[in-house]
Amino acid sequence: MPKLTVNGREIEVPAGITVLQACELAGAEIPRFCYHERLSIAGNCRMCLVEMERAPKPIASCAMPVADGMVINTDTEKVKKARNGVMEFLLINHPLDCPICDQGGECDLQDQSMAYGYDRSRFHENKRAVTEKYMGPLIKTIMTRCIQCTRCVRFATEIAGVEDLGLVNRGEHAEITTLEKAIDSELSGNLVDVCPVGALTSAPYAFAARPWELKKTPSIDVMDAVGSNIRVDARGRQVMRVLPRLHEDVNEEWIHDKTRHACDGLARQRLDKPYVRGLDGKLRPARWEEAFEAIAQRLEGADPKRVAAIAGDLCDAESMVALKDFLGGLGSPNLDCRQDGAKVGDGPRFSYLFNTTIAGIEQADAVLIVGANPRHEAALVNARLRKRFLASGLPVGVVGEPVDLTFETRHLGNDPKALAELAEGRGAFAEILEKAEKPMLILGSGAVARPDGAAVHALCLKIAERYGLVGEAAPEGWNGFNLLQRAASRVGGLDLGFLPGPGGLDTAGILAAASKGEMDLVWLLGADELDMAQLGSAFVVYQGHHGDAGAHRADVILPGAAYTEKNATYVNTEGRVQLGRLAVFPPGEAREDWTILRALSERVGARLPYDNLGDLRRRLIETAPGFARLDQVAAAPWEPLPDSAGTELSSAPFTLPIDNFYMTDPISRASATMAKCAEAFVLPKQAATGTEG
Amino acid sequence: MAFVERAAKGLLLTELLSGMWLTLRYFFRPKVTLNYPYEKGPISPRFRGEHALRRYPNGEERCIACKLCEAICPAQAITIEAEPRADGSRRTTRYDIDMTKCIYCGYCQEACPVDAIVEGPNFEFAAETREELFFNKDKLLANGDRWEYELAQAIEADAPYR
Repeated sequence: MPKLTVNGREIEVPAGITVLQACELAGAEIPRFCYHERLSIAGNCRMCLVEMERAPKPIASCAMPVADGMVINTDTEKVKKARNGVMEFLLINHPLDCPICDQGGECDLQDQSMAYGYDRSRFHENKRAVTEKYMGPLIKTIMTRCIQCTRCVRFATEIAGVEDLGLVNRGEHAEITTLEKAIDSELSGNLVDVCPVGALTSAPYAFAARPWELKKTPSIDVMDAVGSNIRVDARGRQVMRVLPRLHEDVNEEWIHDKTRHACDGLARQRLDKPYVRGLDGKLRPARWEEAFEAIAQRLEGADPKRVAAIAGDLCDAESMVALKDFLGGLGSPNLDCRQDGAKVGDGPRFSYLFNTTIAGIEQADAVLIVGANPRHEAALVNARLRKRFLASGLPVGVVGEPVDLTFETRHLGNDPKALAELAEGRGAFAEILEKAEKPMLILGSGAVARPDGAAVHALCLKIAERYGLVGEAAPEGWNGFNLLQRAASRVGGLDLGFLPGPGGLDTAGILAAASKGEMDLVWLLGADELDMAQLGSAFVVYQGHHGDAGAHRADVILPGAAYTEKNATYVNTEGRVQLGRLAVFPPGEAREDWTILRALSERVGARLPYDNLGDLRRRLIETAPGFARLDQVAAAPWEPLPDSAGTELSSAPFTLPIDNFYMTDPISRASATMAKCAEAFVLPKQAATGTEG
Repeated sequence: MAFVERAAKGLLLTELLSGMWLTLRYFFRPKVTLNYPYEKGPISPRFRGEHALRRYPNGEERCIACKLCEAICPAQAITIEAEPRADGSRRTTRYDIDMTKCIYCGYCQEACPVDAIVEGPNFEFAAETREELFFNKDKLLANGDRWEYELAQAIEADAPYR
């Protein structure tokens, strides 16, 4: 460990870090523009100049590795003058348009010129002007403001894995360009965050608000099962934008575009009052009592076996436990949280979790992906895989539809046959898995939702056992079997046992019974991804926040709260319990979901035993003790599963569950920004149907 | 002796006369009172009266929705909403000042980078109802159009001291 002196203070730092990082460790702040912890070092802004003893001139600290015995000074007159000079150069061509710049108030250049710059300019010539570049519907460019730090270029090539951005020309003519191509990456929104100035700003948020007027609430994302940590910025009663929050083990400091930009969907298509379907077959607004009355009438004297509930993809654990208790109070065993019909969940906990953990990907040395496109199902898991690939050349095998994951993959086959071969130890990839010390397998949630999902799951477990991904053969503490969930509610629902009780029906069973007319009441808790035609003549209660498929079919609509409007618990695909917080209140008469169930339970005479969130959380922890451990991943121990008899592997090829990344849930389907993205990125790729103009 | 002096002063009415003399002197001096609605006193170019939103000579509104006035307003009397206009420029869709909250400190015009919001020379905007004192963007722009000459003069007069 090299020892160096920073501002007269001796400090020992890990070898291999840069002088800039060492100064940070010593508590000396270094201004910077081009340097970013997660990107490669460019060293072109020169703002981080510091003085090193025995060096003839100031050194760029971001590009200088530490060495033993260095003496660094960051607060001398020379350093101050150097920073002043660099700042003056940077501001030569930067326009003074802070009042109309969306970065104003959260701009690195603004802050650092206040702290380290001169108060006037000596440049009297004309400033240069640069033409705007097209970067797609999410990013607005004002290229005159660019200071050529190339953070965006490095982010796009290194992290997003799309080589669409580049710096052309040199000197005063240098400019960032995309060659008029929209940046087709699900991580493109992060370009706005890495840009230290206002050259790249968020297009949907253009001119909408200033950072100082926003109320910032730390929360959790529900657009996929990664559980990215986010910050919800709200003004008044409207969510203005969503930004990432640092969590090294989950999303680092990135989020994908659906998380970031689907928030305008929270203001559209909202259910803000209860509705009841009248005798004329039309939904009409009603009071809460009327809605409850309509449900209570149906429930009165109904056979509990003919009552069922299905929970959707965005539900929080609190509302699911309340609904589970509500149905338990009625005596109905028919409940399921797997609206996609996945054939996992009743086994041990490890069988439906991403056991390796997202941070654990950085130790893997071989990956087999089965029937999944992590780029769409969990973009940040894919970003980790890419990070690992760039660091170590991680061999990745894909069984299923060939997909572009932004890194090199080996396609092993389309159907379960390829998987069966692997289980028998045949093929080139078998050798790689055999040799790998820490191999992992990522099984897609779409693959286990197939009719033969249970067999696919069992086969993958067999592969995991054979190649030492799990069990005694695996290194200490390593569990390489992963099921990549894509619904934020799924692991939470499975953990608390939102599953068919003894003799109960699962999703497919409920739908089959309903279409035969054997269901009296079906409760949809935010479940929209079902074939509503199959519900037959059942009385459908939809409890949710958006007027989507479920609400169209419903006989009674109970308006609930979206994820930004409630204090709620979510469990991500790793099994990490995280708390989402209320940023704004639900619109109109909508209420937090568990309070609706609590009020209705009183009306039907099966009162739920909790009156506040604390009681409910206590009940949640009672149901599944794991909920008490916030933000921790408790290892789910591996155990051999009994052979699943009666399920036969079909030869149908794997298909991907997401064909349009930008529209996967009621919120993103209601979002205008997501519609624009789908138009720009998804529609051109889909084959012409022959029906258009 | 004191008694004699006091008696002499009293008999000769000196105090009364000195008072009358003062009155007489002021009688011939210029009057300080104004016949208010018909006469008005002079005001400084820095006078902070009724607000106005100004335009450029070509008719384009100056305000660029930077929201600095909203941020600095100590009485939180200003409310602004903005969005891109059809031509892509940054403009307000709403600019409200609650004149009943305003304390006429003038920080808004100090903060304005484009001299859009100004406090003009007009102080005669009393109203009969509260609602009339909730100024919106149209009202403020109309004020600007109405007072533009005076506003421009005042800014020019004050320019050397800024």
